Amino acid sequence: MRRALAGFITGQPLGAAGALVVLVLILVALLAPALAPHGPKDAAFAPYVAPGREFPMGTDQLGRDLLSRVIWGARLSLYVGVVSVLFGVTLGALWGAVTGYLGGASDTSSQRVVDCLMALPPIILALSLMAALGQSVNNVILALVILLTPTAARTIRSVALGVAATPFIEAAQAAGASQSRIIFRYLIPNCMASYIVLVTTNISYAIVVEASLSFIGAGAPPDEPSWGGMLTAGIQALETAPWMVFFPGLAISLAVFGLNLLGDSIRDLTDPRLRGGLG
Amino acid sequence: MSSYILHRLLLFIPTLFGASILIFVLMRLVPGDIAEILVYQTGSESSTVQKRQIQQIRRELGLDRPVVTQYLDWIGGAVRGDFGQSYVQRRPVIEILKERFPRSMELAALTMLIAMVWAIPLGVISAVRQNGPLDYLARLVSLSGLSLPLFFTGALILYGLVRFFRWLPPLEFVSFTENPVENLKQLIWPALAQAYYISAPITRLTRSQMLEVIRQDYVRTARAKGLAERAVVYRHALRNSLLPVITFIGWWGGRLLGGLVIMEIIFVVPGMGNALIQAVSQRDYPAVQAMIFLMALVFLLVNLAVDLLYAWLDPRIRYA
Repeated sequence: MRRALAGFITGQPLGAAGALVVLVLILVALLAPALAPHGPKDAAFAPYVAPGREFPMGTDQLGRDLLSRVIWGARLSLYVGVVSVLFGVTLGALWGAVTGYLGGASDTSSQRVVDCLMALPPIILALSLMAALGQSVNNVILALVILLTPTAARTIRSVALGVAATPFIEAAQAAGASQSRIIFRYLIPNCMASYIVLVTTNISYAIVVEASLSFIGAGAPPDEPSWGGMLTAGIQALETAPWMVFFPGLAISLAVFGLNLLGDSIRDLTDPRLRGGLG
Repeated sequence: MSSYILHRLLLFIPTLFGASILIFVLMRLVPGDIAEILVYQTGSESSTVQKRQIQQIRRELGLDRPVVTQYLDWIGGAVRGDFGQSYVQRRPVIEILKERFPRSMELAALTMLIAMVWAIPLGVISAVRQNGPLDYLARLVSLSGLSLPLFFTGALILYGLVRFFRWLPPLEFVSFTENPVENLKQLIWPALAQAYYISAPITRLTRSQMLEVIRQDYVRTARAKGLAERAVVYRHALRNSLLPVITFIGWWGGRLLGGLVIMEIIFVVPGMGNALIQAVSQRDYPAVQAMIFLMALVFLLVNLAVDLLYAWLDPRIRYA
């Protein structure tokens, strides 16, 4: 275990740095109630106080402590990102793997549905969904699930088709294994590497989409400590209170950066073609 | 080849209709319609009067008919280029499209141009120096582009311009044909921010394609016959790596029209994204439907063109 960890750090230094950032993010999210000096929704102070000893990140337009909101924002972002991706990618992966393996009408029709969903610009689709569903954190998650499912279905389907063509699946078929046994015992476990890559890379995507929705006024309700929402309020006060843009912006960039670094190195590790040096 | 084109065309049309049904149904699910918005805005007193007004407006706009009839009516007009009247702006939607579409397309083209010029060489450097310091630097730069959310980059650019140069990009839109310099003064900033964002996947793909190609036998042959490294990299490896990169750029280009919303808001570009956000909040169904339809159409057309180009360039696809 220790040697594997050391190997990861020396072999994938960027990935290790990403993992560290993600670890800090998870800790901050879990310990938010203990770490934050004030409540995220307490509008109890003077508005637009510059960062200083009392408020390390200053206060916002309603006199809320920005540090506390950024800390609680980690919890919100991670919650939205992880839940939506776990549901969306898992749903899409199962859908893509099963219909891809079975083929025929179920595969063709589901691929056409995926085509239609993917023809719409993602942020516009999410915006329309939020307009129809109403603004709440859980509806942001629902919109993200609808956004993530088709792409995951498409990706995992192509992986599953590759796996389905391998001799060991043929052997299982020849041995008389049932369809469900082949799908759940042989096919899906062999798609796991791509599934894990999809999950890690999409969490950062989901976090950015959540923030973007807040930015166009269709995300979580404004009093929720969403990094995107804080940044939006900051842009409106760009000249008087630039810290309102910097700190939430920094938080979201750092989180997404860490997740991307980690996802990237996981992708490299699972793709044997990219290992080793030049010819 | 011709059967491949036919197959692709046959897929294109139902997808477009499917997407249009999706938009239509989605907009009808949004609570509140234009009639309610118009009536409650004027603030008349009696609620029975208001209800009667709402009924009347709905009847005039045809919103009281079954959704299926409304859809058939709309799509029938849309395929003939008639997208109906905007409820709010009270002029044909096609006029709004004619005004907004070229602006967003210009921004999209500028973005793609900047992204390509910057991302492809970065990917090549990254691959040629795999796992060296330059590779790490290039990967860090491109990954940080992907990590900075667009509105953050946009806000930083705006803040930097104001703070350090005491200069704000023009807020009044001037078309390129009218005054190219003024036009670019406004559009270059959103294009730069957006290009920085989308260059990350382009760099990454160029890198991984280069890494794959550079291990092929013909590259070894090129080296073995004593070609200079430059010629090996640029003439033999890069050319053969670019095919998937071009596909990907095409895909992104088609996607970009809808993705420019955020930049248009920050830099006050009166393009399609800005108009769309406004139309959604005003429940201006004809305008929303037409704009999303157009975005989907552009995306699908670009995809189709890219697929056909790919098949034309790579015979393996054609005969598969």
